[in-house]
Amino acid sequence: MTSAAIDRATYDGLVESTGDEFVCELVDTFLAEAPRMLDELRDAYAKDDAERFRRAAHSLKSNANTFGALTLGRLARELELGGLAPIRSAAAAPIDAAASEYARVSQALEELTRG
Amino acid sequence: MADARGGRLLVVDDNKVNRLLLARNLELAGYRVAAAENGRVALAMLRDEAFDLLLLDIEMPEMDGFQVLDQVRGDLALRDVPVVVTSSLEGVDNIVRCIELGAEDYLTKPVNPVLLRARIGASLEKKRLRDQQKALVRRFAAPEVAQDLQQGGFSLGGKRVRASVLFSDIRGFTPLAEAQPPEETIELLNTYYTLMFDAIAGHGGIVSQIAGDGLMAIFGAPVALANHGAAAVQAALEMIEMMDLFSAEQAQAGKPPIRIGIGISSGEMVAGYTGTNARATYTCIGDIVNLAARLEAHTKEAQRSILIDEATRAMLDGIDAEPLGPVTVRGKTQAVEVFAL
Repeated sequence: MTSAAIDRATYDGLVESTGDEFVCELVDTFLAEAPRMLDELRDAYAKDDAERFRRAAHSLKSNANTFGALTLGRLARELELGGLAPIRSAAAAPIDAAASEYARVSQALEELTRG
Repeated sequence: MADARGGRLLVVDDNKVNRLLLARNLELAGYRVAAAENGRVALAMLRDEAFDLLLLDIEMPEMDGFQVLDQVRGDLALRDVPVVVTSSLEGVDNIVRCIELGAEDYLTKPVNPVLLRARIGASLEKKRLRDQQKALVRRFAAPEVAQDLQQGGFSLGGKRVRASVLFSDIRGFTPLAEAQPPEETIELLNTYYTLMFDAIAGHGGIVSQIAGDGLMAIFGAPVALANHGAAAVQAALEMIEMMDLFSAEQAQAGKPPIRIGIGISSGEMVAGYTGTNARATYTCIGDIVNLAARLEAHTKEAQRSILIDEATRAMLDGIDAEPLGPVTVRGKTQAVEVFAL
């Protein structure tokens, strides 16, 4: 049993403090921006650009935590703090892990905002 | 706290989700919010319009938050704007670096909205108190002195300057004050000081002290003045002219005229802050200063409105001064050459 993609307490707190409609807009913004952050991670990895890699992971972490996507936040944090070297030895799998976790997160967020 | 709300804030964050969320939380708290996507844009906005507080992300392309903090602190016009850092950067050293660079507070992302409002409210309140203190300094000190204090900080002691000192007071003030209710005297003094301050400031001087009906003004310190002697004399002439106009108004209202006497001397003196660390005033000290006070006192005997010393006369160009010959003033062993205008 995997944990929920979105921590409901965090998400509900966000809705409570900023409003339904605003959170829908914010989710749309995140779903538009996050794929670009993942692309940036892959691109920086391919070009061996540690600074860009760290920055993209940092942004992803920050936004994931905002919506209560705690697992995605944790994976992004590991990328941010670990840098490029551990990913090389793992043949880039950690980026894929973040990408597939993001797929779960985006699906959960879409369900939450539609519901 | 009511006026701490409704302030104008600038949110700086390269991440769109963060930017929108911070702006939303602050708007819900009653603030007006503008946003910038990096440090370079933020600095341009800060220099263009007034903000009460800056909410700053650290990790940003083009110009990061550390660079913004550095620039804001180095800019006299911006350094009083409080900066609250919001970042998800890890490590105490990053927080320490922000505080050392002058950040008012540090909030970790994702920011708790309740904590955000409390910290912003507190920062704005502190800024309001600081603004109030600065306004007080401006009210009780000349603008040049207030600026000198803001730029150089306060320390007792002085430095040698070449300047001119002007003393003035109202002739026959005591009988005048006795003949009318104190409320009227206060009003009279306020009008008198308004006119005098204006004439003095208009010629680059600062009023260093006021006491009763007398005042002392300095020309050439704390800001150097090319021809301080001529500036002091011009101010004195304007003061007399103002009092003549005022006396004409007084006469129309059936009140007695107001006459003033002015003494001016020029030369080297020590200018700076005297008093204690708790209470001090910007003033000038030296023989030259005493001479100006004596000359002012001597206007009564000489039956002249303005008396100046030799050094001041030497600085005049195109203004005639009538030599009154050597006069022995109190506190001086040797007679001094005195000139009347």
